[in-house]
Amino acid sequence: MLPQDYIYPEFTVVRNQDKCIACRVCERQCANQVHSFDTEKGIMVADDSKCVCCARCVSLCPVHALQITESQHTFRPNANWSGQAINEIYKQSSTSAALLSSMGNPNDYPVYWDHILINASQVTNPSIDPLREPMETKTSLGKRTSSITRNPDGSIQTTMAPHIELSTPVMFSAMSYGAISYNAHESLARAATNLGICYNTGEGGLHKDFFKYGPNTIVQVASGRFGVHKDFLEAGCAIEIKMGQGAKPGIGGHLPGAKITADVSATRMIPQGTDAISPAPHHDIYSIEDLRQLVYSLKEATAYTKPVIVKIAAVHNVAAIASGVARGGADIIAIDGFRGGTGAAPTRIRDNVGIPIELALAAVDQRLREEGIRNQVSIVCGGSIRSSADMVKAICLGADAVYLGTAALLALGCHLCRTCQTGKCNWGIATQRPDLVKRLNPEIGHVRLENLVTAWTREMKEMMGGMGINSIEAMRGNRLMLRGVGLNDRELTILGIKHAGE
Amino acid sequence: MKRVYVNEEWCLACHLCEYNCAFANSGMKDMVKALKGKKIYPRIQVEVGTDENSRAISYAVSCRHCEEPLCVKSCITGALHLEDGVICSDKEKCVGCYTCILSCPYGCIMPSEEGNVIQKCELCTKNENGQPACVAGCPNRAIVFEDRGVPSAEEECAFDEEGGAE
Repeated sequence: MLPQDYIYPEFTVVRNQDKCIACRVCERQCANQVHSFDTEKGIMVADDSKCVCCARCVSLCPVHALQITESQHTFRPNANWSGQAINEIYKQSSTSAALLSSMGNPNDYPVYWDHILINASQVTNPSIDPLREPMETKTSLGKRTSSITRNPDGSIQTTMAPHIELSTPVMFSAMSYGAISYNAHESLARAATNLGICYNTGEGGLHKDFFKYGPNTIVQVASGRFGVHKDFLEAGCAIEIKMGQGAKPGIGGHLPGAKITADVSATRMIPQGTDAISPAPHHDIYSIEDLRQLVYSLKEATAYTKPVIVKIAAVHNVAAIASGVARGGADIIAIDGFRGGTGAAPTRIRDNVGIPIELALAAVDQRLREEGIRNQVSIVCGGSIRSSADMVKAICLGADAVYLGTAALLALGCHLCRTCQTGKCNWGIATQRPDLVKRLNPEIGHVRLENLVTAWTREMKEMMGGMGINSIEAMRGNRLMLRGVGLNDRELTILGIKHAGE
Repeated sequence: MKRVYVNEEWCLACHLCEYNCAFANSGMKDMVKALKGKKIYPRIQVEVGTDENSRAISYAVSCRHCEEPLCVKSCITGALHLEDGVICSDKEKCVGCYTCILSCPYGCIMPSEEGNVIQKCELCTKNENGQPACVAGCPNRAIVFEDRGVPSAEEECAFDEEGGAE
């Protein structure tokens, strides 16, 4: 190793030796082998350089003797060359590798949710108390008819295109078995079933044990076509075609061979230990017409009983793309913003490609309305919905429902250390190592997910009541309920909202 | 009666139960004061596989509070006795003959820290906790405190023959 390859540890493990009882829980729980027991001194010691700040040791230390802090080491301060930029150059000049990262874009781009405020009724339009009056949070996703059609006998035709019914406008977004563990999938599947919402298989197929959760499962068909077969397509309540992912628009996925265990291999239908590489494009889709073919192939394969979702990343011209997707026959469009999570993505792409979901969502909803095709599709928005307030704002901007990925993982214990790509998730989520996977007990996991969604639904009802709205239908696309703060005219125009005070 | 049950599937071998047990039975209010710099004598002990193949297997073992306890039958002084189904030990009566240690089929009785009497899990009924500390402190709910009724003779045998309980 050359001297310039040395990178000072990012984090410092601070141990209060007065408190530490040397129970070695930290040592046993750290897959990165940070902690060890110094038998000579009789104390616990730590190797800071291995720490990824996942806080597993901090959370389990019975005497609260541990904390992880940001390292105090600094390069000579430079507003242009940050310490991170310098370290990345050192890393790349020693390895020649593209940098890898996980989870959503952590950089300091504007978060528009935080510049949008919600309205509440006063005097003339009374607010509603959700504890005393009915509040409808049920949502249904799919094509809606433009006009009433009648049967020859004059009665109204009631057959509708297939829909997904959700008890609350929330779904768990696509996270594949392989990227996340069996226990994480079981937690999501059970929570979705108990809540009456949906979870999404991601592109890794559906484990044989989880077919029973089918009515609450969205099955995904991505460019790698992993685990796609007749029974898989028929198992879910909807089929999602993944065209793009917010964290890495324009590129496919790469699940390293080490994560393709026997079970993952059987589920994905690929040999054990081989890398699972999803191509950047679908090799059979080079136009809206091609997409339409796949949409209708999938509908044909499932006898037109299930809605087809097309998931796209929020990129430039997203409104035009969404219009094409709607015309391509999709029942639901899922838009994934640039802060959406991932199990692994090239750092440069994650941090620099794509656009904020707030702008993309507003633009898509506006465009589809202008073209008169908004009722042909439902819109699902994902990519860092952090709270029920974000969810309410998203629905007011035009979403029919939201996708939760990162928030769901946080509920399961994720501490956003953003090192999923190493496969050594200490919380048993983004790993296939049996000793780590068992750390996530789905008995606990599913309850935590249900608690989260229940809490958000409660909060959403309170906010809806405040606005004097008692159904999702009345809130959807209701941009009059939103005002911007600290946004310029252009931003307000794209968001389609007025500035606070107007 | 509620008993402590362990699910091997969720045991992480973190050994926190041992420390929570030792703390609960220390009679002290502060875990650091109670355990710092000391060797612990927990009444629940985590068994971990010792070779490559079994290293991932672990589970905590503590008194099963049998319906017909061999330890109580074998006790020569009457120190071991049942209190509402909980097998308790009377330190004043125990003479440290260790017959109970020999007769317990689960290996759940051990000499106490002082060395002259035995100690065993009393479901934290004799300390301030009141509820089993190992259960409350288990981070993955691998140890639970449940009423599963009386185990049948077959169930008890199954544990021995298959080398693992349900």
